[in-house]
Amino acid sequence: MPLEIQITKRLAEFTLNVSITAGDSPLGILGPSGAGKTMLLRCIAGLERPDRGRIVLDGRTLLDTEHGVDVPSRDRRVGMVIQHYALFPHKTIAENVAFGLHHLAPSERTQRVDELLERTRIAELGKRYPRQVSGGEQQRAALARALSIEPSALLLDEPLSALDTHLRSQLEAQLQEVFLVYRRPTLLVTHNVEEAYRLGRELLVLSRGQIAASGPREDVFRHPPSLEVARLTGCKNFSRAQPISEDTVQAIDWRCQLRVRTFRGGPVACAGIRAHHIDFVESSDGSSSSENVFPCWLVRSSESPFRVTLFLRLHQPPDESGNFDLQAEVYKEKWEHFRGRPLPWHVRLAPELLFVMPE
Amino acid sequence: MALFAPLAQVTPVDWSPLWISLKTSIVATIITLVVGLAAAYWRERHKGSAMALVDGIFILPLVLPPTVVGFFLLVIFGRNGPVGRVLLRLGATVVFSWPATVIAAAVVSFPLMYLTARAALEQVDTRFLEAARTLGASEWRVFREIALPLAWPGVLAGTILSFARALGEFGATLMVAGNIPGRTATIPIAIYFAVEADDMHRAIVWCVIDVVISLALLGGLYHWAYTPGTRPARETKP
Repeated sequence: MPLEIQITKRLAEFTLNVSITAGDSPLGILGPSGAGKTMLLRCIAGLERPDRGRIVLDGRTLLDTEHGVDVPSRDRRVGMVIQHYALFPHKTIAENVAFGLHHLAPSERTQRVDELLERTRIAELGKRYPRQVSGGEQQRAALARALSIEPSALLLDEPLSALDTHLRSQLEAQLQEVFLVYRRPTLLVTHNVEEAYRLGRELLVLSRGQIAASGPREDVFRHPPSLEVARLTGCKNFSRAQPISEDTVQAIDWRCQLRVRTFRGGPVACAGIRAHHIDFVESSDGSSSSENVFPCWLVRSSESPFRVTLFLRLHQPPDESGNFDLQAEVYKEKWEHFRGRPLPWHVRLAPELLFVMPE
Repeated sequence: MALFAPLAQVTPVDWSPLWISLKTSIVATIITLVVGLAAAYWRERHKGSAMALVDGIFILPLVLPPTVVGFFLLVIFGRNGPVGRVLLRLGATVVFSWPATVIAAAVVSFPLMYLTARAALEQVDTRFLEAARTLGASEWRVFREIALPLAWPGVLAGTILSFARALGEFGATLMVAGNIPGRTATIPIAIYFAVEADDMHRAIVWCVIDVVISLALLGGLYHWAYTPGTRPARETKP
């Protein structure tokens, strides 16, 4: 049981209340800003003290408020990388990385630093000061420094947020590489949904200090337990819904009945589907795949380089208000294929891709 | 009275006030540096409304008339004072001896060191200190390797200001150390008693020496602080 966390801490706006076990695969922590994500990491690192709780890492109790255990940061062996890296500005990159290797003999220390710089691909930058290297290189140095202490757990707080898109993907690949070798509990805070999914095998969604969802990333994305989690994981289409039968709900805002798969009875307040899951079909032809096929009209569209977002009105032509019911995302190739067709088009909301949630 | 007689013609009988002043200021500055820095670092880490009182006490010597500071020191270190009595039992008398000049100078220069060091330490981003802690550094290492180097320009400025203040100390020193030539008579005291004895030549020589030392110190400080390139560029924020 590598990292067990069970903490409660009263904050100004809400109470942080988290109980989770992180294994050896990276855990992505998602949530709106101010949800307590950073505070959670700071509690694990020993930089903040929870009001109550227990933190056990590798069988070592780092915190146990009931028994008065509170291991100071310096003895926790928890590596941390924060958004702006906090590299010591008066020390060179090599000195920064060597800081945590104080206990080693100088020759051994130099060797370890060289290894770490090599591993994070900044071997030639050891003699430079942090202000003399780029943001991406600073990030690599911060990662090398955090790994230097051979931490029992690694905490990454928005490690890529300060970088531009091009560097982000490079450093994300670097992180993936590190995760392959470093098989220890790794917590990664991000507000980027796709980054969380790519980097975290498991996901934890925090909302106002509470766990809104947690589990394998596929589950969290496929069956969001609440409207909020669906939204935080990037879902854009929602309709209020009422159950009608075992596998049918009435979608109030979409003005139609939907067949659904994941509905297990119980209170349903909302139905949703991801923008890229909306399928465009020839027309309603009565075959088995005709479930949940509805006519729709294009309200407007918005193009990105490779994809296009279509704002659609179901069942009726758009009126002057410009209201739409769904936004669908399709690759441009596909769009080219049907954009010339006369309206209405037909969309299919596949039952296995629709999800229904309590409020 | 030949007030403007050429300085070359004046030969002060006794150079001891210069050495006493320098010795006193150096020792007092070292004490102030250590104690002031420790107090500032401690205060930086302890916030709370009760700390306003602590601040008040620490800064008091800056705003009180030096004679009042000297009077309190006399009460504390005098034969019947709480500290004086203990020292007397150990066979030491502080009042009207050289150590008294050091104590007076250290006490009046302390607030300058404390305030400057605190302002400098406050500027150091706590994220650096936290990063150092997660890397296994002891609190002493955090201070010596991270906080102090990052706050160093401010601490150095505070040290120079404290030295200048110690060098110029007069009122409290006179109260608690008196004017014992060759032992407690610093430059400011020598000037006062020279004027009182109508020895204007001697007063002028000491005044000029004092101006030269102070100018050199402050000029050096400003040169160092405001000339690009003389001071290592440091960011205190990530």
